[in-house]
Amino acid sequence: MTTNREIDAVTGVETTGHVWDGIKELNKPLPRWWLLTFYATIVWAIGYWVVYPAFPTLTSYTKGIWNYSQRETVAKDVSAARSAQSGYRDKLAATPLDDVKKDPDLLRFAVAGGGAAFQTNCAPCHGRGAQGFAGYPNLNDDDWLWGGTLADIEKTLQVGIRSDHKDARATQMPKYGLEKLLDESQISDAAEFVLKLSGQKFDAAAADRGAKTFTEQCAACHGPAGKGMQEQGAPNLTDGIWLYGGSKAAIVESIRTGRGGVMPAWGGRLDPVTLKSLAVYVHSLGGGK
Amino acid sequence: MKHEFFEKNSILLLVGILVMVSIGGLVQIAPLFWVDSTIEKVKGMRPYTPLEQAGRDIYVREGCYNCHSQMVRTLRDEVERYGHYSLAAESMYDHPFQWGSKRTGPDLARIGGKYSDQWQREHLINPRSVVPESIMPGYPWLAKKLEASDIVDKMKTLKLVGVPYSEEMIEKAKADLAAQVQSEGRAVRDLLKRYPKAKVGKFDGKADAEPTELDALIAYLQMLGTLVDFATFDASGPNLR
Repeated sequence: MTTNREIDAVTGVETTGHVWDGIKELNKPLPRWWLLTFYATIVWAIGYWVVYPAFPTLTSYTKGIWNYSQRETVAKDVSAARSAQSGYRDKLAATPLDDVKKDPDLLRFAVAGGGAAFQTNCAPCHGRGAQGFAGYPNLNDDDWLWGGTLADIEKTLQVGIRSDHKDARATQMPKYGLEKLLDESQISDAAEFVLKLSGQKFDAAAADRGAKTFTEQCAACHGPAGKGMQEQGAPNLTDGIWLYGGSKAAIVESIRTGRGGVMPAWGGRLDPVTLKSLAVYVHSLGGGK
Repeated sequence: MKHEFFEKNSILLLVGILVMVSIGGLVQIAPLFWVDSTIEKVKGMRPYTPLEQAGRDIYVREGCYNCHSQMVRTLRDEVERYGHYSLAAESMYDHPFQWGSKRTGPDLARIGGKYSDQWQREHLINPRSVVPESIMPGYPWLAKKLEASDIVDKMKTLKLVGVPYSEEMIEKAKADLAAQVQSEGRAVRDLLKRYPKAKVGKFDGKADAEPTELDALIAYLQMLGTLVDFATFDASGPNLR
């Protein structure tokens, strides 16, 4: 290379020796700022190796002089956030559920925290506004399947409904149709009677026949007048609030299949203070007893 | 400076590139095979049941990974939203793994048990029926019968790449596949002995005995992130990283 060095006569700059169609390439150096930046990145990389975990060794890896650990960092971040709230969290943990509302500051904290937990955990089933969907109860009204006191709500959150928690709220309506406990005409008649109970249009003759079935099969949980029983999770059939719909077809389907929606137990998944906040939040939505 | 030497000998250039790339690759990949702390020692991990594995294949087939990751990162907001950060051990039987940070939808690493089977079913068939603001497409065709005649071959293949399926697991694969959609009986007890913590039941809500694709996918979703016993997981020592 050194043998055919050539200085371009016009610019006075050395050429690279490359020629395309008579056009020669000048050997211009890289801009100084670019070169310095490049060297700086090399120095930065070496610094990084020293400071952070970088190279594998035979049995482990170099830890770096800062002993940086993502897992330690996240644990610190979480506990720092917890201790920033510790005044409120400790107080909430120590306050009996029914007394939370006596302390406006604590109530505000619980409702805000419960609301945030609700949006990530509960909203997919119960809706962003806790309005519910067919099969997933509305939590704004005062119609409660398993009780609407603070303690009832907290218990439901903890153990779930027909969940795999050992203390789950577990009663299950019989599958009258699927398990052939009643025939189709009996189911239809019972549904007519339920229509009557709920103040809808009904077939008088069929409802009279259905009344007997209702007394024998349904009254034990739903009560003789169909007012429901919260200990059994049996809904009130007279209030016009329906979890699976109040049409004849929906009622027939409910009697046939027994429905039996499932709510997971949140006891192991969320910490006790979050559960308490959630109970206070749901209670505060308007329907709390 | 003397790169003319390489530039004018393409074979040498090729060898030079190979040497450089190999160093980079070896430094990053090779230690994973001998450094003990690469995969945490945890209690509870087991291979997927045949039905879960079939569900996982549907998950991949339908491209769920395009919008959902399965990796809770070590960041406070993620840990508070999804639960404990993901461990390498939790995806050691995944081929391919489902890590990522592309989240059009939420991370699914700990979705198991979070919602009911019924919700999963309704949500997969028509997400808007339970989450009105959802932009996830519906997957109504999953209600069809599961085609799993190749499950034994799949398990044998997975065994080749290191998933510890026993001879018994492979032999009983078809029985286990059918058993997981029953709710009780001998076959179910055997399944649970081979695959502890497996969820059993009529995931698709239908009484028929034949598993559907919905059964498989929901069985898979309902176990995600539930296997490792975090009460016995020690985040210090070699597990600190």
